[in-house]
Amino acid sequence: MAISRQDIEKVALLARIKVDEAQVTALEKDLSNILDLVDQLQSADTSQTEPMAHPLDAAQRLRADTVTETDNRAAFQAIAPSTENGLYLVPRVIE
Amino acid sequence: MQWDIVIGLEIHVQLATKTKIFSGTSTAYGAEPNSQASAVDLAMPGTLPVANEQAFKYAVMFGLAVDAEICRRSVFERKNYFYPDLPKGYQTTQLERPIVGPGHVDVELADGSTKRVRIHHAHLEEDAGKSLHEDFHGMTGIDLNRAGTPLIEVVTEPDMRSAEEAVAFARKLHGLVTSLGICDGNMSEGSLRFDVNVSLKPAGDETLGTRTETKNLNSFRFMEQAIHHEVERQMDILEDGGRIVQETRLYNGDTQQSRSMRSKEEANDYRYFPCPDLLPVELDDAFIEDARSRLPELPDARKARFQSDYGLTDYDASLLSSSARMAALFEETVSHGKDAKLAANWLLGELSARLNSEDRELADCPLTGGQLGALILRISDGTVSSTGAKKVFEGLWTGEGSDVDELIDAKGLKQVSDTGALEKIVEEVLAGMGEQIAQYQEADEKKRKKLMGGFMGPLMKASKGQGNPKLFNEILKKKLER
Amino acid sequence: MHNKTVAQLSHALESGEVSSVELATHFLERIRLQDNRYNSFITVTEEAALADARAADERRKQGNATPWTGIPFAHKDIFCTEGVRTTCGSKMLENFVPPYDATVTRKLREAGAVCLGKTNMDEFAMGSSSESSYFGATTNPWGERRVPGGSSGGSAAAVAARLVPAATATDTGGSIRQPAALCGITGLKPTYGRVSRYGMIAFASSLDQGGTMARTAEDNALMLNVMAGFDPKDSTSIDREVPDYTASLNDSLKGLRIGLPKEYFTDQLSSEMNNVVREAIREYEKLGATVQEISLPHADLAIAAYYVIAPAECSANLSRFDGVRYGYRCEAPRDLMDLYTRTRAEGFGAEVKRRILVGTYALSAGYFDAYYLKAQKVRRLIQQDFINAFKQVDVIMSPTTPSPAFIQGEKTDDPVTMYLEDIFTISTNLAGLPAMSVPAGLMEGLPVGLQIIGDYFSEARLLNAAHQYQQVTDWHQLSPDA
Repeated sequence: MAISRQDIEKVALLARIKVDEAQVTALEKDLSNILDLVDQLQSADTSQTEPMAHPLDAAQRLRADTVTETDNRAAFQAIAPSTENGLYLVPRVIE
Repeated sequence: MQWDIVIGLEIHVQLATKTKIFSGTSTAYGAEPNSQASAVDLAMPGTLPVANEQAFKYAVMFGLAVDAEICRRSVFERKNYFYPDLPKGYQTTQLERPIVGPGHVDVELADGSTKRVRIHHAHLEEDAGKSLHEDFHGMTGIDLNRAGTPLIEVVTEPDMRSAEEAVAFARKLHGLVTSLGICDGNMSEGSLRFDVNVSLKPAGDETLGTRTETKNLNSFRFMEQAIHHEVERQMDILEDGGRIVQETRLYNGDTQQSRSMRSKEEANDYRYFPCPDLLPVELDDAFIEDARSRLPELPDARKARFQSDYGLTDYDASLLSSSARMAALFEETVSHGKDAKLAANWLLGELSARLNSEDRELADCPLTGGQLGALILRISDGTVSSTGAKKVFEGLWTGEGSDVDELIDAKGLKQVSDTGALEKIVEEVLAGMGEQIAQYQEADEKKRKKLMGGFMGPLMKASKGQGNPKLFNEILKKKLER
Repeated sequence: MHNKTVAQLSHALESGEVSSVELATHFLERIRLQDNRYNSFITVTEEAALADARAADERRKQGNATPWTGIPFAHKDIFCTEGVRTTCGSKMLENFVPPYDATVTRKLREAGAVCLGKTNMDEFAMGSSSESSYFGATTNPWGERRVPGGSSGGSAAAVAARLVPAATATDTGGSIRQPAALCGITGLKPTYGRVSRYGMIAFASSLDQGGTMARTAEDNALMLNVMAGFDPKDSTSIDREVPDYTASLNDSLKGLRIGLPKEYFTDQLSSEMNNVVREAIREYEKLGATVQEISLPHADLAIAAYYVIAPAECSANLSRFDGVRYGYRCEAPRDLMDLYTRTRAEGFGAEVKRRILVGTYALSAGYFDAYYLKAQKVRRLIQQDFINAFKQVDVIMSPTTPSPAFIQGEKTDDPVTMYLEDIFTISTNLAGLPAMSVPAGLMEGLPVGLQIIGDYFSEARLLNAAHQYQQVTDWHQLSPDA
């Protein structure tokens, strides 16, 4: 299935990845080829098949409600791009 | 044109667990920014979620309390969007198989009728962090202490028809979750947050109009104002022949204005899919029965008990039983003050009015049930008049004093109940009121009641407000009817 | 010394023939002298390694050494190592030094193994040639311009070049088995859930599995003994007893039922590769195994299903790399959108971006059912094929790859051709089954691998089958230097 430039631009925005004109052209070809490969799926009869999200046929184990973590802010913020007064800084968010 | 108002609510209820839904980090409120954000909460590379059992227990308790079906096999999905307060770039939530299925809540309205509001479903999810917009050199600061706090999002059907109904439902839900003990109910800290969906349709029409969603209302008062505001806004647009845009709006309680919220809406495609880091959660009978056994007395049962045990009216009983805190305060007051009817009047009258006028929550009430009970006792034994009692209440509220009897003494509010002294005053006052006495004695029973008031004023004045009105009344009757 | 296996080195340490410090020094020297040819390491941790080696010698003196105490090894740079930068082959994490260990890292550390450094890999484990690393391509020790396979190409090349006797690796679609085959070593991808994924940077959560690489099956068994096991920090790890994988290595293969999927042995398969694999199977027959043809009817759909599911999961898993809390952040972002889009455009390489975009597309509104849901259903059909096959046979054998190591740059321009490299390995990840690659011969002077696939949790049987083969063949002993 061919994917359009507009599709690529829309998906790149959703994924928050900046793409320039030349990249869109290259991606148009690559993604169309990948989708052609993937389109083989349509040949399978799955009318009687349940989707499989996970290889394990198991249920979630639940954890006891006990505090196990301690404050490790200094270590975490030492590797952060930008912090102040214990907060992570980002360009101003407008709601 | 006549319009029908249609309101549905989405309520985010923060669960009162000790730790986050997917990590063992404390959820205690008010810690230093990011001091309660562990590797998992910060979405550090390679970290994985492990689900908290208590969050499931609380969600099941909620489901049982609203008479809903519990989903035995519930699944978590990822809801994908970028926002700085969302560390993983997706929110772990439930879409296809929420833990709580359809249920309902019955709400008592001011006119004494009962309204059934249907719950569409309630699902478990993680809360986001907080963005602080104070000035950090034109930057926004992100605190992720709240990120990962367990929530249930309760979604109602569009069953409410006025702001008053919506608020009555909201109060009922608040009472329910606090009674269950699954949420601390502290709205100013964001423990309970309301999103309101409002639409209008021509009266009697079947099809619903386009709705807007007003987000993050964290007080009942703002909620009521926001609904009124939105109804008027939509009505203005529709009556001018305009169309409503489906959008998310923010209401500012201080300016009483609302505006469209654009940032989160942009290219809105959340790409939900089952979270591969979490397996389906299977709840067996034992788990559900354990949750059931933890259910405390719920507001509806408590209301029935208040009516039968204390002889309260339907309306008083429903108001006093609606929240666990109010119910507890009432029962503590009665245990000290004995007279349940009087206690109900004071809690729903003086106390509620005072909380409202100061826009305070019952949680911030400076009076204890013991103090209120002591005051009730002094009213019923005639030590203070109701006017005097209000002055004592004021003293307790402002912190002028903490002991009812000391305040009565200090303010000189003790009523004179010495019959001899009172008789003397009556005789002195009546001596100068021959004309009124004659009038009274000629009057019929009905008119006499009215005329009594004419004597009480001067009597109270003569006793400097300290005469016991009940005794004055008795003495007066005896003297006049002689 | 460097030609010795882990088992042999373990005995040498135990007998005092050599010390941990001597071993670490020896291998570090080899890395220093030779790795400029292969670029198999991103980071070499010389100082920490020598300190760990000294500690290992000390521990041995105190008499509480394990078989791994003092054994040098390397971690694929996808496992978080506290205090040692963990890049995942990406500019995004070029300077990322995690303040925590992966569970696998911790277990090997606790056993006393001495980590010499972090090995090169395709960026975020996405690739089959180790050419997409931000830190440059890794070269196969068997051929100057040949790829080592990927994504665990650095670990495979380092083991093949005798720079370390063993290394950790991960396998999402063949990333352990394919490079093991192309570099002439033995690699094991365990059953999904056998090894904890905590701290292993996620590519596709429902497919990723950590595993082992060494020259012999016995060394793989020794390594799995340390790495396997339930981890409370990984909800998808399995709470099931870990056997001693070395205990059954010498069991007889008499009666072992081998299945050969007819879908893998078609005229598409080169006759040279067919000959190599048939020769290996004749060895198994000599060891007492029986061979039969089986069918995996949906085998041809595995790549299609994989290239929906893996990109979909990765599109969400990689959203956390947003320049806010750690990792790369673009210079001087104008606004929030600019921060996100430039950080991710500059921080990720071409293949990672391609997969994120494919996954985003497959999950987006309007395509979810046709792609994601359909792929999930096909995934079940593929799993069902294996379940049926294992009713008839004990293990399934096939070539690991269609051909030996290809020339660098040959497939980088065409992603789809690169994807077909994993045609025999990918379906076991979809099913979650364990599988190995064992050196089984040479083609054009380059090693090729025999893939052995087993039923769920049959690692011991796979290792037994591989070990017995290695007792009667010497392909695994061939050195690229010879």
